[in-house]
This record gives sequence, C-alpha cells and structure tokens, in this order.
Amino acid sequence: MHGFSFDVAHLLAGSLVLVSFMLLYQDRLYALLNVFALHAVVLSLSVAWQAHIHDAPHLYITAAIALVFKAIVIPVALHRMIVRLGIHREIEAVGSIGPTMLAGIGLVGLSLAVMLRVTSDADLLAREDLAFALSVLLLGLLIMVTRRNAVSQVVGFMSLENGLVLAATGARGMPLVVEISVAFSVLIAFIVIGIFLFRIRERFDTVDVQALDRFRGDLQ
Amino acid sequence: MNLLLANNVLFVLAIPAGAIGLLAILPGYRLSAALNVLASFLTLVAAASLFIAHPPADAYFLVDDLNIVFVVLSCFVGFTTSVFSASYIGHELETGRLTPLYLRFYHAMYQMMMFGMNLALLVNNIGLMWVAIELATLATVLMVGIYRTHEALEAAWKYFILASVGIAFALFGTILVYMSALPIVGEGLQGMTWTTLVARVSAFDPALLSVAFVFLFLGYGTKVGLAPLHAWLPDAHAEGPTPISAVLSGLLLNVALYAILRFKTLMALNREAIAPGPLMVTMGLISLVFAAFMLYRRRDIKRLFAYSSIEHMGIIVFAFGMGGPLANFAGLLQMTMHSLTKSAIFFTVGHVAQVKGTQKIAEIRGLTETHPILGFALIVGVLAIAGMPPLGIFMSEFLVVSSTFARQPLLAIALVFGLLVAFGALLLRLQGFAFGEPSGRTAPVHASYVPIFAHLALVVGAGIYLPPLLVSWFHHVALMLG
Repeated sequence: MHGFSFDVAHLLAGSLVLVSFMLLYQDRLYALLNVFALHAVVLSLSVAWQAHIHDAPHLYITAAIALVFKAIVIPVALHRMIVRLGIHREIEAVGSIGPTMLAGIGLVGLSLAVMLRVTSDADLLAREDLAFALSVLLLGLLIMVTRRNAVSQVVGFMSLENGLVLAATGARGMPLVVEISVAFSVLIAFIVIGIFLFRIRERFDTVDVQALDRFRGDLQ
Repeated sequence: MNLLLANNVLFVLAIPAGAIGLLAILPGYRLSAALNVLASFLTLVAAASLFIAHPPADAYFLVDDLNIVFVVLSCFVGFTTSVFSASYIGHELETGRLTPLYLRFYHAMYQMMMFGMNLALLVNNIGLMWVAIELATLATVLMVGIYRTHEALEAAWKYFILASVGIAFALFGTILVYMSALPIVGEGLQGMTWTTLVARVSAFDPALLSVAFVFLFLGYGTKVGLAPLHAWLPDAHAEGPTPISAVLSGLLLNVALYAILRFKTLMALNREAIAPGPLMVTMGLISLVFAAFMLYRRRDIKRLFAYSSIEHMGIIVFAFGMGGPLANFAGLLQMTMHSLTKSAIFFTVGHVAQVKGTQKIAEIRGLTETHPILGFALIVGVLAIAGMPPLGIFMSEFLVVSSTFARQPLLAIALVFGLLVAFGALLLRLQGFAFGEPSGRTAPVHASYVPIFAHLALVVGAGIYLPPLLVSWFHHVALMLG
C-alpha cells in the first residue's frame, strides 16, 4: 500500500467520523438533513476511492447509489416531507450538547481500542476502515438514542448504515456489497414512504388540536 | 414425485416467491385466502420431502439435518396459520378493520415472509442469509402496521427501528467474519460460504472471530427477543393481526435463533475463540427471569403471551448455551413444542379477541361457559405453555432442568425459579379467562378449530409418546450442535 492512496482513504474515512459528530449536535431538521447529505457525499467519495485503489469496478455502483440516492433523493424527499408535515420550525431537544459529544468521543475511543486490537493480522487500511466504520455505526446509534423525532431517527439510522457500507467496502473483495447496499436502500425507501403516508394521514384524519399536539413530531 | 425430490429445495423457495406475485394481483378475498392456504400447503409438502431426499451442499444451498427441522417446522406452522388466517381475516373484513386492498397486500406479504424465512434457512452464504432475514423482517413490519391505528403504527415503528439496529449489528458481525476468513480463504464468495467457513475456521484469527460473534449474537439476539433487546416484541405481537403474532412467535424468532446456532457451531470449531456458551446462558437466564416477572402485570392478553414467548426463547437459548447432547436435544424439543403451542394459543386468542371485541384481560372472563371449545382449548394451551406434565413442554423443560442440575446446580436454581414464577403468573391469568362470571359479548364464534386442535394434539401427543424416528433425528442434530 503506497503512501498517497492510503492517506486519501484514511482522510475520507476519518472525515466520515467527523461528519457523524456534526450530525450529533444539529438541533434543526433542515441543518440535520444538509449535514446528512454531506455525510453521504463523503461516503460516496470514500467508496469510489476504495474502488479505484482496489481495482474493484463494482464498488462504483455502491458509490453511485450513495451519491444519488442518499445524498440527493432522500434528503430532498425528507425536506419536502418536513414542509408538508409543518415541523420545519421545530427545535429538537437533543440533550445538552456537551455530554452527548463526550459520549460520542467515548464511543469512538472504544471502537478504536476494540477494532485495532483484534485486527492486528489484517492490512493497515482495512484495520483503520473497520475502526472508523464501527465509530460511525456507534455514533449513528447515539444519534438515534438522543432524538425523539421520526425524521431525525431515520437520519441517525441512515448514518449508521453508511458506517456499515464503509466497513463492507473496506473488507477487500467482499462479495454481495452492491446487493447489500441496494437492500439497504430499499429498506430506507420503505421507511421514508412509510413515515410520509402514515404521518400525512394522521394529520388530516383529525381536527382535534389536542390529538395534533399529541402526535406532533413524536412517532417513537 | 421424482421431480419433486430432485428439486425440493427450489420448490420450497419458488412456491412462496411465485405466490407473492399472484396474490398481489388477484382480487377477491376468498380466492386469495384459498390460494394462500394452497401455496403454504404445497411449500409444506416440498419441505417435508426434504426428509426423504435432499441435495448435497453446493455453492448456493446447504441442506443438512439441522435446517431440515427448522424448515419443516416453519412450513408446518406457516400452513396452519394460513388456515387460521383465512377465517380470522374474513372476520376483520366484515367488521371493516381491513379493506380488500389491504387484504391483497397482507396475503402477498405473508408469502414474502415465508419466502424470506425459507431462504434464510436454506442458503449456504452468511451474507445472503442476512439479506433474507431482513426481507422477512420487513414483510412482518408492514403486516404489524396494517391496521394503521396510532398504536399499530407505533408498534411497527418500534419494531422497525429496533430490528433494523439489530440487523445492522448482525451485518457488521458478518463483515467481521468475512474479514477473519480473508487471510485463510482468500477473496470472494468462498469467504462467506458456510461449508467453507466450517471447514477452515480453525485457522481463523480468534480475536476477530470473537468480536464478530458478539455482534452477531447481539444483532440476531434482538430478533430472537432476548431480554435487554426485547422491547419491540410485545408491541409487535399485540398490535398486529393475530396470525402475524402466531408466525412471529412460531417462526421468525426461530429463524434468528437458527442463525445464532449456526454461528455458535462455527465458533466451537475454533479452539482459541471465546466460548459462546456463557454469553448465551447469561442472556437466556436474564430473559427467562425478567419475562417471568413481567407476566404478572400484563393487561393485554396478546402482550401476556408475547412475554411468555420471551421467556421461552430465554429457556431455549439457555439450553443451547449449556450445550452437550442432552441440553441441545432439550433445546430443540423445547423450540418445536413452543412453536406449536404458542401458535395454537395465538389462534385461540385471536378468535377470543374477535368475539369479545377486546384484548383487555380484565374484560375477558368465563370463557368456558360462553365459548366452551375456545375456553378449553385455551386452558390446554396455557397449561402446556406453563409446563404442566404430561404435555410436551414439560418434558423438554424437565430435560433442560435435569441436565443443568447435573452440571451447574447453581444455574439450575435460577432456572427453576424463573420457571416457577412464570408458571404462577400464567395460571393466575388463566383462572380469570376461563372461569368465573362470563363478561362481554357472548355471540357464537365462527372459528377454525382445526389448526388449534392439530397443534394441541401434537403437543399432547409428544408429551406422552415421542416417535423413535423423531428422537433419533433430534439426537443426531444435538450431536451436530456440539
């Protein structure tokens, strides 16, 4: 593994962790979606770079899925949904930022400590990728735990899934990566459509203000 | 006949897959319900033919004595549930809880779930198995939310989020297994094939394999419903249509358990990797004791039996965690008996809830007086699930307890404690349902008794006499599991 390609791969995977941290403290839904789009762009660059250095053309498909579907289609769809549901002005209680960030740092430390220790036999790039991927996965979990709004939980889940795609592409020559990323996209499309259909109906089925209050934002 | 025997694996998968498309297109509830039953029956026939002959393991499918048990059990419960579902869903259509369009969707999803589960059980590839389990999960999520009440949507959402997180962990574990295989097996599909992994696992990096198992156990354990990860299970059982509660408890939990068992045998072949046993014993015991106490405070009848499923999955995981021929045998028997009994209970409960118009335990009283057949079926079912002799579950629980006493007496005390607590709770509740002053509506019920009686007869029969063929088959599988 020569220096430059390793450095770029390392930089991209590290940026993904950084963007995960940025997701952690966004308290407005629009900002959250924008940062998530950035997350997906970084992932797609990282996957494309892996495809380039490992000479694995099928990974370009995964990169394209990440770029088109996760960085453009889903954020735009969620954007419109937020407007339709009238929750775009909501500020979420994400807990105080300090402890959440500290917890995030702890999780990243944990994943580095675990993954670097157990992968001593694997090649350096794969080790780093796995450690970063586990960090992104755990940070995604943390985002889901600290939020109560359905839309931002989905964003948390998608960032978690980005971590999985990073891990899968980091494992050299892993089969079924493209299939798995397609399966995940279908899964996410289902959730997004699900929220949209169900939430819209709830809104217009009733004019009871209290019911609206009760259902607002929180699907849990 | 020869055609069937030569291609039975393909039939087990192709029949449900074909039925998905057909059921999605065809209008008319009676036709699609009948077709659903027919497809499930044909799948069962194809699955049963695996007993007679099955193809050797190839790059795509792996059929051995272990998964034949799972496939046949799945297809059997899938078939009886489709019979129950035909009458249950007809009633839901009459009361207007479901529209014909939704029914079409429901039947298609039912076959999609059967396809996903059979695929997960039969494939020879850990990545494809993961995709198949995800498919089955997605189908059940959609069915749990089908009533579209606020509660049903919330249950579906919770199920979806927790199952997705679980399944994400499982995928990470799968990637780690591949990573550990990479230096030994090389790149490509071989690194994800069961048969290759089993043959060469002894040389894999033990540390990576151990971490992989932890993720796989947590991931698939979420789907099994083990205690700290069980939160989706009661909601999903209570708010969806009852046939789905029956298949969730009877099948889907087993499929996730199958994945754990496969990975456990893989771990056992690598001497230096962590032993999966203690992890499974701990989680199993926590689930058992926790669920046993939770049984006392349930107000919803389907939630009550959902917690009982957590309790039983705890016992089963505990038994497999103890390992050894006797405990494994007990675990297999317990799993089979639990699937049969629990789905019979859900069939009964479904009809009871329909005729009474409520799922609240407090409002269901005196069933033996108003609906004697359902009432007594429920009595037999609950006694069986609580572990009364001479019914099937008593025998398997007795085997679990006695084999544990011989090896780890202290664990056996906790086990027996959990079993007794659960026993008390179930009998307490049973008294309320079955006896006393009748309450609620007393209209006669149009129930399909055949699936209920078929399951209960099997459970009672197995308690009295186990056919030697079954015993030797289970014994062989128990040895395989190590």
